[in-house]
Amino acid sequence: MNHIAKIAVVILFTCSIGSVNAQNAKGKKGTFALTNATLETITNGTVSKGSLLISEGKIKAIGTSVSVPDGAEIIDCSGLTIYPGMIDGGTRLGLTEVGSDARTRDFSEIGDVIPQVQALTAINPNSVLIPVTRVSGVTTSLSVPSGGLFSGTAALVHLHGYTPNQMYAGFKGVVLNFPSTGRRGRFDRRTDEEIKKASDKSLKNLKDTWAKVVEYHKIDSAIKAAASKEQLDYYPEMEVLLPVLRGETPLLLEVNTAKDIQAALDWVENKNLRVVFTGVSEGWRMAKELAEAKVPVITGPVLSRPTRDYDRYDRPYANAGIMHEAGVKVAIRTSGAENVRNLPYNAGFAATYGMGKEEALKAITIVPAEIFGLQNEIGSLETGKIANIVVTDGDIFETKTQVKHVFINGWQIPMESRHTKLYDEFLERSPGLKK
Amino acid sequence: MTKNIVTTFLLLLTIQVYGQQKGSVLIKNGTLLTITDGVKEKTDILVKEGKISKIGVDLKVPSGIKVIDATDMHVMPGIIDAHSHIGLDAINEATSPVTAEVFTGDAVNPLDVSIYRALAGGVTISHAMHGSANAIGGQSETIKHRYGTIDPDEMKMSNAPRTIKFALGENPTRVHGSGNGILPRTRMGVEEVFRSSFSQARQYMKKWDKYNAEKKQKGFKGMSPRYDLRLETLADILKGEIIIHCHSYRADEIYMLMNVSRDFGIKRLVFQHVNEGFKVAPELAEFGAMASVFSDWWAYKFEVYYSTAYNATILARNGVVTSINSDSGELIRHLYHEAAKTQKYGGLSDVEALSMITLNPAKQLGIDDRVGSLEVGKEADIAIFKNHPLSIYAIPMITLVDGIIEFDLENDADDMRIYVDPEEKIEVTLAVSDHETDRCMQDTDFLFKQ
Repeated sequence: MNHIAKIAVVILFTCSIGSVNAQNAKGKKGTFALTNATLETITNGTVSKGSLLISEGKIKAIGTSVSVPDGAEIIDCSGLTIYPGMIDGGTRLGLTEVGSDARTRDFSEIGDVIPQVQALTAINPNSVLIPVTRVSGVTTSLSVPSGGLFSGTAALVHLHGYTPNQMYAGFKGVVLNFPSTGRRGRFDRRTDEEIKKASDKSLKNLKDTWAKVVEYHKIDSAIKAAASKEQLDYYPEMEVLLPVLRGETPLLLEVNTAKDIQAALDWVENKNLRVVFTGVSEGWRMAKELAEAKVPVITGPVLSRPTRDYDRYDRPYANAGIMHEAGVKVAIRTSGAENVRNLPYNAGFAATYGMGKEEALKAITIVPAEIFGLQNEIGSLETGKIANIVVTDGDIFETKTQVKHVFINGWQIPMESRHTKLYDEFLERSPGLKK
Repeated sequence: MTKNIVTTFLLLLTIQVYGQQKGSVLIKNGTLLTITDGVKEKTDILVKEGKISKIGVDLKVPSGIKVIDATDMHVMPGIIDAHSHIGLDAINEATSPVTAEVFTGDAVNPLDVSIYRALAGGVTISHAMHGSANAIGGQSETIKHRYGTIDPDEMKMSNAPRTIKFALGENPTRVHGSGNGILPRTRMGVEEVFRSSFSQARQYMKKWDKYNAEKKQKGFKGMSPRYDLRLETLADILKGEIIIHCHSYRADEIYMLMNVSRDFGIKRLVFQHVNEGFKVAPELAEFGAMASVFSDWWAYKFEVYYSTAYNATILARNGVVTSINSDSGELIRHLYHEAAKTQKYGGLSDVEALSMITLNPAKQLGIDDRVGSLEVGKEADIAIFKNHPLSIYAIPMITLVDGIIEFDLENDADDMRIYVDPEEKIEVTLAVSDHETDRCMQDTDFLFKQ
């Protein structure tokens, strides 16, 4: 083989490797200058004909007079709009792969009081669902365990990375599935008595568990105060609930019906917890009380049915807006897994039904960032923040809008997923009808 | 006693009167999304006796007729859902792999508040389907959302073609193979159910044909063959009198049913869900089979793990008549938004996207000569929107069925129940955080107690 042929073979070989991705194409790190764009900064209004510089994973500069350093890859964004990556305040992303297959479901562990089980451990960085989600502009998701009373610890992740630690976004919260009193829908065939029994049992469980945490706290505090060498016995759940009681670890309290919301407000009163209410589908019934208690809320899905047959058809659409109007800090979630990509549409319906565009956009960017205590890192386009960036060809809420570029932690994300790959393969199938 | 009789009589009378209702109304100055004849700005629609009688500019207001001012509004044909289970008391007769003899029409529940909520999303017609537990399920009912009646028959769209539910893959094999330990347990078995059922039906038809021919002859002695409603129904499918709507996901099983249909001369075939339809889109187009799909549902079971939200676009671009359906009391409320997703996933035009929730489902139900577009002579099922229906900012304002206003946002009460359960003590509250899956498998849960 002559020299040129050898080179040709090497080039061919390299190309073929480059185009084969068993899973996904690689992300690309570098310095990127996104120019001539409309910037929806969230916190500092809209900038037209602006630029945004991404370097070392961060937003290095933003505005109308950004100087582009040598070696930066320039991406012309004329006619396009740049948004901060969307944040879904509650999903099962990474914790489930195929809904009906129990072997791929990792969001519900056995046990009632197991706050120590970690969603971050079970999040599958290679889930096929993740690329499908991020190419639609959702860059960050709170993956939440469920079931039992204290279901586990939820974790916020950015949707790019090969290990949970690479994905971890810096927020964890213990999930409390607050005891519910109602019937769980029309197909809940338990008798009234059985329902009452179950909810009483669950409430008692909460009270008993919390009494133990208080006791544990007292002993622990006494030991520390006395600088004693005594050691407390190891209780995994207490290790996790103690910082919740002390207001150090956030508590994500899942609650939905009006009656339960009132009970939950009563329960958290005077406890000085760092608490967030999640779900809150009947928040519109309790908006004043929630606002007075200054409890932040992560609500959704917005695209859901009214909780009661006699409620107005559009209550779930209007819920977030009504709470916001009353003064509640409201973030929006999908509660989904495979269709977390519909987060902008959930926010869009909230916008249409009373919340308004600006506030609905905040509810999936800066507001969840604030709720997670990460307002200095994510949720808006500001210098120094993590470069989670979405570039679109229009209003991010509009259904037909196309997402053109996504950056997560400064990595340029390949704009492909199982869905786009199948489209590419099958739009014009080859062979077609004939062999 | 007398009082009861009087009440019953009065009740019957009201039902009768209600049943005869057809509205007359003039919709003024709207932007008409006609589907079949482009977009018409500032145009009026005159509805007389439940039918579109005129479309034009500055139509005269006939005396005594109600006028709806649609200035700055978008007016489109009522949305049609080709796959739904709202307004039904029972969904699955899961007792045999073949139950062609049952009708969801016998289980219509006009009191279901989901019907009103569908109207509040501009949906005027839905295909109230049997579930997917059986390879050959029951016959389904096409219903018009005439909310307010208590008579199940009033819900039915009179003279709509008959349809029947078929099902492939995991659902029938789970229910009968895994659940009951009988065939079908595999996709091989599902094909076998179809082939043997249609073969029996052919034999049945022959017996009757022979009998009918012979009984005319003088001196004929003999008995008629046994009447069998199941086989009668299957025979009607073979005669082309019933449209098959088949629950399906995987490409290979879709291909199988087309082969079976070809062998038995069946032509009227609509695939439901058909998540992997895009993989055999050229074959579907060649056969003339239609597809009714989810906009973006996937990964909720293994069969739909290799799905794409671009399914509808690929099917449409390959020439398959495609609709977007809900199969859900939730999704049915915003099918206009689901249709818009075909613009995100594949860039379909406005008229292509809107056809997927109007004219195309009408074709799939065999009612496209009566509904599915704004045309003179068609039934006045109309949805009026603030903002374009494919926009995220769309708000359904008024929905008419047969010219009667069934939903009007401006005059909408909170509580729209017709029936209130007097015995219900604990309030029914849906746990919205639980992922709502399709209702195709409702009434089969007893088989899978864990």
